[in-house]
Amino acid sequence: MPTNITMPALSPTMEEGTLAKWLVSEGDSVAAGDVIAEIETDKATMEVEAVDEGVIGKLVVAEGTEAVPVNDVIAVLLEDGEDAAALDAAPSPPAATPPADTGPNDHAPPATQDAAAQDAAAQDAAALDTSTLVEPDIPSGVALKSVTVREALRDAMAEEMRADDAVFVIGEEVAEYQGAYKVTQGLLEEFGARRVIDTPITEHGFAGIGVGAAFAGLRPVVEFMTFNFAMQAIDQIVNSAAKTRYMSGGEISCPIVFRGPNGAAARVAAQHSQDYTAWYAHVPGLIVIAPYSAADAKGLLKAAIRDPNPVIFLENEVLYGKTFDVPDTDDWVVPIGKAKVLKPGRDVTIVSHSHGLTYVMDALADLEAAGIDAEVIDLRTIRPLDKQAVIASVQKTNRCVTVEEGWSICGIGSEISAILMQDAFDYLDAPVMRVTGKDVPMPYAANLEKLALPSVADVVTAVKAVTYK
Amino acid sequence: MAARGTASKSTPKAASKKASKTTRATASGARPDTAQALWDSVKRGDASLSEGDTLQAYKDMLLIRRFEERTGQMYGMGVIGGFCHLYIGQEAVVTGVKMALEEGDQIITSYRDHGHMLAMGMDPKGVMAELTGREGGYSRGKGGSMHMFSVDKGFFGGHGIVGAQVPIGTGLAFANAYRDNGQVAAAFFGEGASNQGQVYEAFNMAELWKLPVIYVIENNGYAMGTSLQRSAAETHLYKRGRSFNIPGEEVDGMDVAQVREASMRAARWCREGNGPIILEMKTYRYRGHSMSDPAKYRSKDEVQKVRAEHDPIDMVRDRILKAGWAGEDDLKKMDRAVKDVVSAAAEFAQESPEPQAEELWTDIYAPLGGHD
Repeated sequence: MPTNITMPALSPTMEEGTLAKWLVSEGDSVAAGDVIAEIETDKATMEVEAVDEGVIGKLVVAEGTEAVPVNDVIAVLLEDGEDAAALDAAPSPPAATPPADTGPNDHAPPATQDAAAQDAAAQDAAALDTSTLVEPDIPSGVALKSVTVREALRDAMAEEMRADDAVFVIGEEVAEYQGAYKVTQGLLEEFGARRVIDTPITEHGFAGIGVGAAFAGLRPVVEFMTFNFAMQAIDQIVNSAAKTRYMSGGEISCPIVFRGPNGAAARVAAQHSQDYTAWYAHVPGLIVIAPYSAADAKGLLKAAIRDPNPVIFLENEVLYGKTFDVPDTDDWVVPIGKAKVLKPGRDVTIVSHSHGLTYVMDALADLEAAGIDAEVIDLRTIRPLDKQAVIASVQKTNRCVTVEEGWSICGIGSEISAILMQDAFDYLDAPVMRVTGKDVPMPYAANLEKLALPSVADVVTAVKAVTYK
Repeated sequence: MAARGTASKSTPKAASKKASKTTRATASGARPDTAQALWDSVKRGDASLSEGDTLQAYKDMLLIRRFEERTGQMYGMGVIGGFCHLYIGQEAVVTGVKMALEEGDQIITSYRDHGHMLAMGMDPKGVMAELTGREGGYSRGKGGSMHMFSVDKGFFGGHGIVGAQVPIGTGLAFANAYRDNGQVAAAFFGEGASNQGQVYEAFNMAELWKLPVIYVIENNGYAMGTSLQRSAAETHLYKRGRSFNIPGEEVDGMDVAQVREASMRAARWCREGNGPIILEMKTYRYRGHSMSDPAKYRSKDEVQKVRAEHDPIDMVRDRILKAGWAGEDDLKKMDRAVKDVVSAAAEFAQESPEPQAEELWTDIYAPLGGHD
């Protein structure tokens, strides 16, 4: 049967073109791949190749014709042995079946409020359901033990490595040096060089190797000496680890943990003092955790290692040496996606995470002295964000201050503010205030560095502002 | 078999279970002292293919070519959207490498990936339906031309960022070594990707830890429109592993028999615990970099010359006819059968419905808090 040759689309956006030149005549034999015509688009002159062998039966569009729409028949190809009389039987264009329902506005976002709400509901339901999560009780008979955040993190890794041979730790100085911040202390001794692996200084490379190992079903814990260096690897984290499950229709999982200290250190200037929480929180497909206490550091790192998704686990160098009570058991797992009320209160909700909470906790005495009873929420997990916990608290206090070390623009506080505007607007008695790192690269000088970071005074000022004190 | 006794202490022990002994042709019997010398001493196998292998390779390559021709056609009709990179001209590379792999081995490649999927035995219908963005596609329409995967068939994508698949493929090999399962991973990338920094980060660790990975450089001469000569200070890419002590070899990537032979040696090299190996496949793509490439950076004569004199499929076809393994009529029949497979795939790809709107929100996360 004769085959229609149609005006091809030569780029994703081409709708029409000029048939500049025919390179074949009627009656010519062509093989698949032979160039038969030249077409001019707005960008370039392109060649059209025959897609099948046969004889050119008819040139339907004359050369020089402008604005030939894509998919219009430009020529008819006859099979060997067919003559031009068969042309009458040629099927009418277009040969392609268009995708169902592809009106031009088919992919426009929903315009109505209802549709937007449905959209949000679908998003909540389909992404990560955290609504049923509950804080684990400390099992009876389990004592609390004073442990530093550093030790808690190490214990979490060790326990998970004992439980599952697929878990291994890889990164710079994690083995023989015992960790640049001593977080992996003792792991090499217990688990050996097969499972505690020193890498060269090569973040992009070992992040990618970790992703490949996770694709193959292992459970890598990739340590970045600091998250500042993970910028070298951010393509593998975002483009490979976060997106592959979606792009593969669920075929490939990436059960990997990227962990290390994040945020401001002390006196190391701009390249080594940056908070990446908002960066990673922006990416669907990633889980982002930023714990404050040692118990949460341990319980959440264990949950992260067991989780089938890529997890960004943001630690804080300043917190490593702080001591907290941790349940003395190897079965302490804290659910991902659940915020925690660190202190209940009536007058204002202070939402923070990680090292931001040190400013908050240190501000409580001043606030109490000013007669303000603050409720403090530790987000713990940034993505998925426990919106309900924040909303429920603000419904009670009617005021909110967010505290983070990261920059203000498009930060975690911005997101909390937007959530409260959308979902708790009628409960707000004052605008949400953000306490953040100042919008400057981190300076080296001690006095300037202090000015660049949030402070206890900043927290007190913001809380007083929203409580009109 | 230990390699050169220089492996780091942190080495996950490379696999050796399935290894069979490589025949070495060292005159003195002494061990050569560089990886390249050791590789060079490995005796080459017989590069000629048996009748059965030849006919199978012909069929496999023909399927890729016809599939890609149809893909180009459907792109032209607007049924396939976005970026689309055809493999026409390079068929012998993946076909020959696949012939050297064993069940359970893995491959990974860039975005010029349709041929690799077909070679690994993925269903042409599922591949084509992914190209059209339909529910019946391998990624249910959410990946497109550049992103398809099949763990079952050992195909790990399908990656859109130039060079990113090289560390990931090295990670697949890491997992094989970690599990000591004797499997090999093949990471395919173009000569353009061979200039990416992360490739060398991966090379370093692969050799340091003796990972069983075959780096297959598909050197088709042009990174988009930039010729190798205009982009590479050292154009012999098989030498790119030298400073990591990774041996390499240049292979005629248009000759499926040569590709298979070199790949067999490479796979054995990896399985025996010698670490990574680089095969530079000299190949050629007939089409543009992507569908919207006007190909003004090379002459038509250059393309025509390769097609006429060194086409991977025609060369095998000639061998078949010369050996009398099949006649013109048999080959025509075979061609017809391949065309039918492609037509059925094209039909399926246009009949399969678009994904349901709910699919927008699925497969972002695995269910929280548990193993998959």
